[in-house]
Amino acid sequence: MTPLTSCLLLSAALFAIGLAGALMRRNAILVLIGIELMLNAANLNFIAFWRYGPNPEALTGMMFVIFSIGVAAAEAAVGLALIISLYRHTKTTNLDEVDSMRG
Amino acid sequence: MIVAILTVAGAVAAMSLRNLVHSVLALTLAFAGLAAVYLQLGAQFIGFAQVLVYVGAVAILIVFAILLTRDTSATITVISGSWISGGIVALAIFGILAWTVDHSAASQGSTSLHPAASMQQIGNALMLQFALPLEIIGVLLTVALIGAVTLAMQENKETK
Repeated sequence: MTPLTSCLLLSAALFAIGLAGALMRRNAILVLIGIELMLNAANLNFIAFWRYGPNPEALTGMMFVIFSIGVAAAEAAVGLALIISLYRHTKTTNLDEVDSMRG
Repeated sequence: MIVAILTVAGAVAAMSLRNLVHSVLALTLAFAGLAAVYLQLGAQFIGFAQVLVYVGAVAILIVFAILLTRDTSATITVISGSWISGGIVALAIFGILAWTVDHSAASQGSTSLHPAASMQQIGNALMLQFALPLEIIGVLLTVALIGAVTLAMQENKETK
């Protein structure tokens, strides 16, 4: 198994764990944590392909990860603010109980 | 290899522990493990940025959110009702990804060792080739933080 393959497998495992968490847990904060894990798995893929790709001098993968980390930080801030706002309105963070838009 | 096992274990613990604070601690372990993987891959800047942003800022932010939204009524249903289908979807996606990685050209390719990117190269690239995206991400972060503050503050003004 080459190092690139092991990196990609680690990234796939992290993505699957994050997806499972986001789909299976019912706490809004844990769903957000799952999304963060999936974003990190994508970042690991970028770094792995930058490192073992044909031309690492271009730094493209690394730049992509820098901007991706910035966007993920913004997403986490807005997401947590939304969760806090939701908690103020409904007094719960359980996503199954937030069903006021159910038809 | 050890770092990878540590990272996956942290991620699994973060997603499966019942106590939310323990869950965030496990998540911090997973993020630190990922930072170590980045360092091993020669991406020093990304590794330290990962430590600063995720282990530092995002983990603290999530802890504060958990403390602010602590549910007084004990939530019995930690796992959602549709957890079987969610688990099946996640397992299927992992299976497809692993199969694809195993059969792709990446698994046969030669692994040539390349020098890691120095800080000077990264700075030059950020200031010259990627200057516009850098400005845009600055604006995006400002807008997102102002938006987060207004979202979290709104209710206070109405109740006053």
